[in-house]
Amino acid sequence: MNDLVAIVVKRLGFGLVTLLAVSIIIFGAVELLPGDLAQAVLGQGATEETVRELRAQLGLDRSPPERYLAWLGGVFQGDFGQSLASKKDVASLIGPRFSNTLFLALYAAAIAVPLAMFLGIAAALYRNSWFDRATNVGTLTAISSPEFFVGYILILFLAIKNPWFPALSNVTPDMAFTERLNRLFLPAMTMVLVVTAHMMRMTRAAIINLLASPYIEMARLKGVPQYKVIVKHALPNAWAPIINVVALNLAYLITGVVLVEVVFVYPGIGQLLVDSVTKRDFPVVQACCLIFAATYILLNLAADVGAIVSNPRLRHRK
Amino acid sequence: MTTFSLSLLAALLVISVLAYLYRRNSMFVPSAVILAITAIVTLYSGESGAIVVARLIGIVIGSSVAAYFFRALLIVLLRGEAKKALQTAPLTAAFGMLVILLYSIAALFAPQIAPYGESEIVGSSYALADDKMILGGDQLGRDMFSRLIYGARNTVGLSIATTCLAFLMGTSLGLFAAIRGGWVDQLLGRMVDTVMAIPSLIFALLLLSIFGTSTLSLILVIAFIYTPLIFRLTRSVAGNIVVMDYIEAARLRGESTWYLMRKEILPNALAPLIAEFGLRFCFVFLLVAGLSFLGLGIQPPTADWGSMVRENATLISYGEYIPLIPAAAIALLTVSVNFVVDWMLYRSSGLKV
Amino acid sequence: MKERNESTKIRSDPKVMNNKEKQIFEEIVRDSQKHKVTRREFMQFSMAAGLTMAAGASLWTNEVAASTPKRGGTFRIGLHDGNTTDSLDPATYQSVGQIQIAHTYSAYLTEITANNKLGPDVADSWEANPTATQWIFKLNPNATFHNGNKVTAKDVVASLNYHRGEEATSAAKALLSTVTEIRADGDGTVVVDLSSGVADFPWLMTDYHLTILPAKDGGGVDWESGIGCGPYKIVNHEAGVSTELTRHDGWHREGAYFDEVRFTVINDPNARQTALMTGDVDSITSTDLKTLALLQRNPDIAIDNTPSGSAITLPMFCDQAPFDNVDVRLALKYSINRQEIIDKIMFGTGTVGNDVHVSPNMPYYAELEQRPYDPDQAKFHLKKAGMDKLSVNLSATDSVYPGAVDMCVLFSESAKASGIDINVVREPSDGYWSNVWLQKPFCFVKWGARPTPDNMLSLAYAADAAWNESHWKNPRFNELLVAARAELDEAKRSEMYHEAQMLCKDDGGTIIPAFVNFVCARRKNVMHGPSVASSWENDGARAAHRWWFA
Repeated sequence: MNDLVAIVVKRLGFGLVTLLAVSIIIFGAVELLPGDLAQAVLGQGATEETVRELRAQLGLDRSPPERYLAWLGGVFQGDFGQSLASKKDVASLIGPRFSNTLFLALYAAAIAVPLAMFLGIAAALYRNSWFDRATNVGTLTAISSPEFFVGYILILFLAIKNPWFPALSNVTPDMAFTERLNRLFLPAMTMVLVVTAHMMRMTRAAIINLLASPYIEMARLKGVPQYKVIVKHALPNAWAPIINVVALNLAYLITGVVLVEVVFVYPGIGQLLVDSVTKRDFPVVQACCLIFAATYILLNLAADVGAIVSNPRLRHRK
Repeated sequence: MTTFSLSLLAALLVISVLAYLYRRNSMFVPSAVILAITAIVTLYSGESGAIVVARLIGIVIGSSVAAYFFRALLIVLLRGEAKKALQTAPLTAAFGMLVILLYSIAALFAPQIAPYGESEIVGSSYALADDKMILGGDQLGRDMFSRLIYGARNTVGLSIATTCLAFLMGTSLGLFAAIRGGWVDQLLGRMVDTVMAIPSLIFALLLLSIFGTSTLSLILVIAFIYTPLIFRLTRSVAGNIVVMDYIEAARLRGESTWYLMRKEILPNALAPLIAEFGLRFCFVFLLVAGLSFLGLGIQPPTADWGSMVRENATLISYGEYIPLIPAAAIALLTVSVNFVVDWMLYRSSGLKV
Repeated sequence: MKERNESTKIRSDPKVMNNKEKQIFEEIVRDSQKHKVTRREFMQFSMAAGLTMAAGASLWTNEVAASTPKRGGTFRIGLHDGNTTDSLDPATYQSVGQIQIAHTYSAYLTEITANNKLGPDVADSWEANPTATQWIFKLNPNATFHNGNKVTAKDVVASLNYHRGEEATSAAKALLSTVTEIRADGDGTVVVDLSSGVADFPWLMTDYHLTILPAKDGGGVDWESGIGCGPYKIVNHEAGVSTELTRHDGWHREGAYFDEVRFTVINDPNARQTALMTGDVDSITSTDLKTLALLQRNPDIAIDNTPSGSAITLPMFCDQAPFDNVDVRLALKYSINRQEIIDKIMFGTGTVGNDVHVSPNMPYYAELEQRPYDPDQAKFHLKKAGMDKLSVNLSATDSVYPGAVDMCVLFSESAKASGIDINVVREPSDGYWSNVWLQKPFCFVKWGARPTPDNMLSLAYAADAAWNESHWKNPRFNELLVAARAELDEAKRSEMYHEAQMLCKDDGGTIIPAFVNFVCARRKNVMHGPSVASSWENDGARAAHRWWFA
């Protein structure tokens, strides 16, 4: 067990270094974007004089390293700064939106993960049957359309033709839990359709990959029923790749939902990030990206820990 | 309930009953499921539903027949190892290969096949399908069919270029890291983690805003974003292989790193890489479509399927089928590629049952 | 102009009335809707207009009573252009979302009425000295802020000064460049001194940046608190998501029939239309043009297709070859198929342009002969310029106007017939205003509507204007522009603008293919007067206080 703690601590340390590197990359990228906040805010109405004045007021006339270090200093004191465009505190701007994003991601994951596992195992069990083919074609077709289009189709059938679910997911903070689930059903389903195929196919592949192993052969020769072979013998050894792909998709559910947010008018963090990139609002872009990066790092860590815990051999490898 | 739907239901019922009586499980389950679906659809939306179901069944049967003959043709034409492999190939794999072949022909000979030019304005906006334009016109009155054909060239070309580039970089770096180990491995691993920690759509948005949206920068940026994924996969698969005895033996023989990568490790790590290729290939379309949603895809008037879906997407809310055409083109290719991938996976897993 | 607002036209018997009477009628009906006319007065007017007693009475019940504004309800609007980075700071107003909310929670000195005339808002009346270099605004004594304080001259001075002066970073700075001083004369009067005469000055006060806000003690204005003096007060505002407002009972004007107003930002066109169809919102500020015909089939939905003064312009640098030759410019002007552009890019929702940046609904619009698409005429001018072939680059980007690149492609196709080869260059949308506009000799631009010809022409056509996008320097035109600006005699002024517009059309360096319509949609139970303003989407962004539920 101590080994595990050591691994976690070491990985967290690496995680911090990664975050620092991400912040430098993002800062550099935003710097390299053509134009700056002053021009973006003023748009066609910009004159040289007003742009210069606005830059001076926002401190954009300082050199890039100077601005980066000033920002970094603030972060070490727990201050992510103010949005340059709306002058609001970044933390208060991001907080409620991130919790919205997290809620939607968990909602979608709660449906997608069990569904994908079930389909994947069943497809491996009945491989090359009609069921396997139909599941494959179905899930692959679902990921063949861009996700905004999948959203449109769901809206057409479940909100316009049959008004069962609301087409807009404009939630408010004081909304009841069940009402929230109802409002978020369509975006959650869209995301379920988007991530299920990948997880299901990887689960299926991971299991099928093991079926030729001697120990599975052995179990089968002993006369163990097919489903037991898979659930009892193959699945435990397939956990590592499955957990990995699940973690990857969970990260996607949190970081990749801009389009779904736009289509369903859901106040999540993705829209904020895209708007801030357009306006070159550096503190907000930076904070959003760091949150995403941290989410990714933590999920990856969780996946690795999960893989180690599920596999005794990995636990005692080193 | 009309005679058409009734006869369809009756035919399905007969097939199910026969399959049950003769204990053909592989026949009984699907026909019973289709029977149930048809019954529900017909009850819900009447004859139009029954016609849709009948068409779908027709399409499945038609493509099975086409796949069967295509496989037979290939078996006749090919020799040796390939012939043997094909004799055991499932129909789905043959179907996949047929579709890929057709798409490649469309892509290579687009100017010869397409009746009109890529951006040529033929009729009015959203002209209905007629003799002139077999799939109708798009929002500017350009021929949908011609644009689909050109779209095959642009979309598939872009996707292949991007995926190949990403796999080339990802696998070679991954294999290199696995063989070298030590600080090289650590350094590459950290770098890759950093890139992967940035959400891909946002990173693409930033990079494309900086470098512009020419086709070349689109390819390079997406390949750059996908490389870390491939690297990680290769590294994890290869990590299990480098500790094998035969690698140790090859090292002792004094083989070069390049040789080890190419001849010893890659062939044994191919299966998961192929599986990944099948999906990654299709994710490129979607990323490009997503980027065009944010205003940064392939430049018009160049036709690409993702943007064609995007341009006409709003029509779907009124039950118009136009955006479904390019979406179906993507779906067909995705499914086909993965059918072939499944077959390869199955062969490489060594399963005989 | 002609097809506008079919649904809201007065459906009185055409046999009974001639045009003139109809006009009077519309006026009366409108007044009665605003409770300015009682039934008794209405009947008197009708009889005077030559109607029988019975006809007048039935008209009152059918037309007026049915469309008399009722109070109540929550008006929910889906906005098409709102960002999470939008701030309430009036100096940064740019998005449609900001403009709509500004007109709802705040007020301006003057307003553009539903008939596109100039009307009072916070200012009750105004007058100029004979040279139009000094303007005096008398404030409405009933105007109050949402916190109960009276709107005083001090607030107005601070609000206008916020956009000028050394340190101002407002996009409206250029608009107020002729202002030399703004001062309060007591609590209820504001005096503005100008460096040169501007007859349109009260029109400029309708600019969306110039909201009247509470003055801060130390100077400047307080926009952070969200307190305005408009018809509705902000209850909850989340930028780029939603804004909830409730009626400001002390508002100084009539109207504000809805109890509450709620804006929801819905940037995706499909989501916006779906929300309207499912009844999640009552009105949307922009519809997807591709599916407009399909949306129109929905029996619950009405479309407001309003021609506006917002123009598409293609400026050519008149001091750079080949555009320095007026015949080349004319050849290009004859080579563009304006109707095809309106049909295919705008799906019919545009007004044909005539290379003059004055739209038919602007004051002093001159009815000049429409320039046709005529490749022969184009060839003639090209020959006159000593060429038989011409090849030029045209820069565009879709972020300026969706379909901009397609529009240029169509232009390129139609120009082939006159031997002109237009190479469309797609520019990156980021930094288009700083890197392409005013930099490239031939590019695509879209302008927001400006209220008066002087405003528009001084901004982008005057020889010394910073935004003279075509580098056009016609001495006679500039003479006319300056003279007309200070001219208070309507007839003389009208004549001058007529000549100026002719010069723009035949000598100017800008091709104006079309004026863009505002295409908004609402559910049928949302009612509005017989005409809607063309300055902004949704009745000049004033739907919240002008419209009502049936």
